[in-house]
Amino acid sequence: MVSTASRIKLSVKDLSIRYGSTVALEGASFDVRDNEIFGIIGPANSGKTSFIRAINRMDEMTPGMEVRGDIEFNGKSVTDWRNLYALRSRIGVVFPLPVGLPMSIYENVAFAAKLRGVKGKADLDEVVERCLTRAALWDEVKDRLDSLGSLLSGGQQQRLTIARALSQEPELLLLDEFSIAVDPVTTMRIEEVLKELKQEMTIVLVTNLTQQAQRLADRTAFFLEGKVVEVGDTRALFKGQTKDPRTTHYIEGRFG
Amino acid sequence: MKNQTVDPRRAAAAPRSGGEGAAAGASSNEAARFTATSLDQRNARTERGFHTLFLAMSIVLILPVLAILSLLITKGAPAFSWEFFTEPPRAQFTEGGIFPALVGTLWLVIVALLASVPLGVAAAIYLSEYAKDNALTRLINLAIINLAGVPSIVHALFGLGAFVLFFDFGTSILAASLTLAIMTLPVVIVSTRETLQAVPQSFRMACWSLGATRWQTIRKVVLPNSISGILTGVILEVSRTVGETAPVMFTGAVLFTPFLPQGVLDETMAMSLHLYMIATVIPDVPPEVPYGVALSLILMVLILNSASIGFRVYLRGKKKW
Ligand SMILES: Nc1ncnc2c1ncn2[C@@H]1O[C@H](COP(=O)(O)OP(=O)(O)OP(=O)(O)O)[C@@H](O)[C@H]1O
Ligand SMILES: [Mg+2]
Repeated sequence: MVSTASRIKLSVKDLSIRYGSTVALEGASFDVRDNEIFGIIGPANSGKTSFIRAINRMDEMTPGMEVRGDIEFNGKSVTDWRNLYALRSRIGVVFPLPVGLPMSIYENVAFAAKLRGVKGKADLDEVVERCLTRAALWDEVKDRLDSLGSLLSGGQQQRLTIARALSQEPELLLLDEFSIAVDPVTTMRIEEVLKELKQEMTIVLVTNLTQQAQRLADRTAFFLEGKVVEVGDTRALFKGQTKDPRTTHYIEGRFG
Repeated sequence: MKNQTVDPRRAAAAPRSGGEGAAAGASSNEAARFTATSLDQRNARTERGFHTLFLAMSIVLILPVLAILSLLITKGAPAFSWEFFTEPPRAQFTEGGIFPALVGTLWLVIVALLASVPLGVAAAIYLSEYAKDNALTRLINLAIINLAGVPSIVHALFGLGAFVLFFDFGTSILAASLTLAIMTLPVVIVSTRETLQAVPQSFRMACWSLGATRWQTIRKVVLPNSISGILTGVILEVSRTVGETAPVMFTGAVLFTPFLPQGVLDETMAMSLHLYMIATVIPDVPPEVPYGVALSLILMVLILNSASIGFRVYLRGKKKW
């Protein structure tokens, strides 16, 4: 259980994101605590993905994306990190569309470990097996680790992407609609893993499935049209104890 | 089979199985079927028409190549002999072979490649992977476009002024190859840049979000997946380099020397210049000899190209997304 005394992992302060004249997010302020699963729900276009991009400084390579305000990661503004690679290596990201890198399955998962300086074959083998197991992919690929990651099925590639993010041993894991390409049974298996991973890392879970937020998130934020409508304890929100009626409407599926 | 209710999808599909005869009927059912069919047939006709058109264009493209090759082979092959490829010319170019020119052209091509490929690929990597869209980048792009448009004779004069005279390399392979390198640089840069940009951006994003630097991303993901395209650019460059006459004429190639080059500061014979001279200037050359030289030149390009294509195929077998 997350106590109020737990430390703050991400502190979002008056964050605004725009692409040219399109406002994707405006005036967002909230905290994400250490070792919690922080759910983000909201309809399309509400700025969820943009928020994820801002955390690991994807704005630096997204043409036209402009970020104002601040996100503090471990108390230090993400814009103050001179070495963006060090920042990104501590943050695992999974985007909605799976990207198997055009290298072997083994290499896909060993890549981040190698970047960290892990060398020995035995150590790398251990990382690969542990991460693939956690991502519920090990059994399916253990006999063909040398085949190309980019030729796996969509759902397998998504799990490969998750395994790759875990191989970074991140402090913060950002999941953007990870289950979009994954079948329900596998989704359940991954959800169980996420509950365990909470011991080791903080997880931000963007999801279109409000049920998924209900199952997993300790606290949940509701984004709507570029505004953070409210942030609250997930169980309270789903019991209808909301500050804003729009949150209840969305959760109960009678939105718009 | 009663078509009382007309399902448009079935009606549209009918002529494919039923054939043209079915559409010729005149009952109301048949009329309804015919309406859908005519659209279907028109589409099929248009499709066939364009297919034929594009095929015809491709064949038109092949014809000159076939014509040139058959002309060269019928007229040039009689000049081929062991001596033709292994001896220097003798008796005012009326006898002997083309050996020094063959070797000289190989030198020119290889030295030019050594200069232009690293430079061109590095520039392309910068432009594709690092450059922001700013004034400097636009200036560089403008320079590349203009460089590509400069006629080869102007490159020749530039090479003469810069490499032969100013840097004092003299009339040498080095001067000639550098001139060729500058001339072909835009080809290498543009084709390499395009290949790099064909690597999906999502791969880079995935790599960067793992904490990889730009260079690590380039080395592990971008380059391994664009190497075959980069080689295509090199092939194009080779083809152009082998055949160029003007740039080497002023900078490194000589009409005749019985010696093979010993180093890059030597002057050399070259196939292109040799061909130009015996075809236009030197009197009394047997008619099959220029054709023989031309055929050798083309064979040389073909052999170099096949080697690179073979290498590409080999690489492609190894990597894929
Ligand atoms: N790269 C981009 N360039 C321009 N505009 C963008 C870009 N990415 C997002 N936007 C715009 O920002 C707004 C918010 O998009 P965002 O992707 O953050 O929404 P989302 O909440 O993730 O939606 P979804 O649930 O559909 O994934 C949209 O209006 C979108 O058009
Ligand atoms: Mg999104």
